Amino acid sequence: MKKIEAIIKPFKLEDVKEALVENGIAGMTVSDVKGYGRQQGHSELYRGAEYVVDFLAKIKIEVIVNDEDVDATLNVIVEAAKTGKIGDGKIFVTPVEEVVRIRTEQRGSEAV
Amino acid sequence: MDLQSINYVIDTFFTIFTMTLIIFMVPGFAMLEAGLVRTKNVSTVLMVNTMIYAVASLAFLLIGYHLAFGDFGSETMSKWAAFLFQMAFVGKVINIMSGGVSERAKIIPLAVFTVIIGALIYPTVVNWSWGNDMLEGTILDITMYDLAGSTVIHSTGGWALLAAILVIGARKGRYPKEGGIRVIPASNIPLVTLGAFLLWIGWFGFNGGSVGTISSKEAANTVALTILNTNTAGLSGAIIVAILMYLMYKKFDITMILNGALGGLVAITAGPDLYNIYTPILIGAIGGVLVVFGVSFFDKLRLDDPVGALSVHLLNGIWGTIAVGIFANNGEDITLLGQIKGVIIVAIFVFVTSYIILYIINKVIPLRANKDEEMEGLDVDECGLEAYPEFKRAF
Repeated sequence: MKKIEAIIKPFKLEDVKEALVENGIAGMTVSDVKGYGRQQGHSELYRGAEYVVDFLAKIKIEVIVNDEDVDATLNVIVEAAKTGKIGDGKIFVTPVEEVVRIRTEQRGSEAV
Repeated sequence: MDLQSINYVIDTFFTIFTMTLIIFMVPGFAMLEAGLVRTKNVSTVLMVNTMIYAVASLAFLLIGYHLAFGDFGSETMSKWAAFLFQMAFVGKVINIMSGGVSERAKIIPLAVFTVIIGALIYPTVVNWSWGNDMLEGTILDITMYDLAGSTVIHSTGGWALLAAILVIGARKGRYPKEGGIRVIPASNIPLVTLGAFLLWIGWFGFNGGSVGTISSKEAANTVALTILNTNTAGLSGAIIVAILMYLMYKKFDITMILNGALGGLVAITAGPDLYNIYTPILIGAIGGVLVVFGVSFFDKLRLDDPVGALSVHLLNGIWGTIAVGIFANNGEDITLLGQIKGVIIVAIFVFVTSYIILYIINKVIPLRANKDEEMEGLDVDECGLEAYPEFKRAF
């Protein structure tokens, strides 16, 4: 099992969610996050003075999938979240040791 | 009921109504300031605004009114209405000052200063200009025309604020040692907008009520003209700032545009009853321009004013008073020189007394929050109650 964490532009959330659901991903966890990558935020203007907003608003989506579904899921997210412009985000994949469904106490890949 | 009684009743009603509009400026200042500061200081800003209304008004009831006008009294309306109208102005003077020192000034020393300015400093200015005139016959006699207080209210508050900023200093980190300015953006733009429009509406009472009577055809016309001109100056202040912001930065900064409207409103306040219906367009526009350049000018001087009160109230209070001398010069009662003289006398008196009093208060009860309190936000230390407890603190 793997955890896929995707940091995406907030306005792409709906697209990514729909694409994931269409491809059989049953659940996901979403959070509001702030961060920056290589472009180092952007500058805004307040009362005639420019300032840098370091931490931009992003959305983090977390999904847990079985090993064989990782590549397909990554492709779905990339396709849905891509605008081609700077700040589209990043995806991280990490191994997951155990998953427990609390209601049924199922464990492992059947709980995913 | 005879005609005289009807007039008495109408003027009393008019005065109480316009006084109520002026009190709408209490939430106006409160919301404007709450939106322009960081979330960690919002409860404190609101507390200060509430405290100012209460403390300043009571100080004026007990001492200030008598210093300015002598005993309670009015021939043309209920003397209580006449008092209430004057009382409604007092809090505004200190509001102007408190907004500019928010995010670092503590509540108790501000309250002490509020008592002094509401009981003594502002009433003295009123005495010289609208009241008993203790300077009459001396070389310092103030003859300026100032209908609703471009100088008496707005630049009085502005000079007190300048003194306070010099005593208190800038917010921590605002002007870094290595030079430049660190921008501290507003936390809630909808509140800034609500506050600015509440002030705008309050201004109709502020200027309209200052005509003093509405119970004759001529007086009713003057009141309506005054309110029309007041509104026009606000409109043109907003428009000129929007144009300037776009020309200079290709962006429409709504906080500046609203400050521009308020700048126009301050500028018209000295003589809204004297102009034709077109002159306020120019007066308000110049007021807006003063705001745009004033904000960066005071930043260059490293005078930290989170709400732009120096540009809105001080610069435009001066401009509005002088504008009467330029545009409404009737050669006899109103002269440019007389207007300038009034501005200068009030400036010296208010700035010097405020500075000395704030300096002394600061020695006894430090005006400024300590470094840790300021970083954590004054809400935790001063109010024990954060305005937005469920939000992560911004910045």
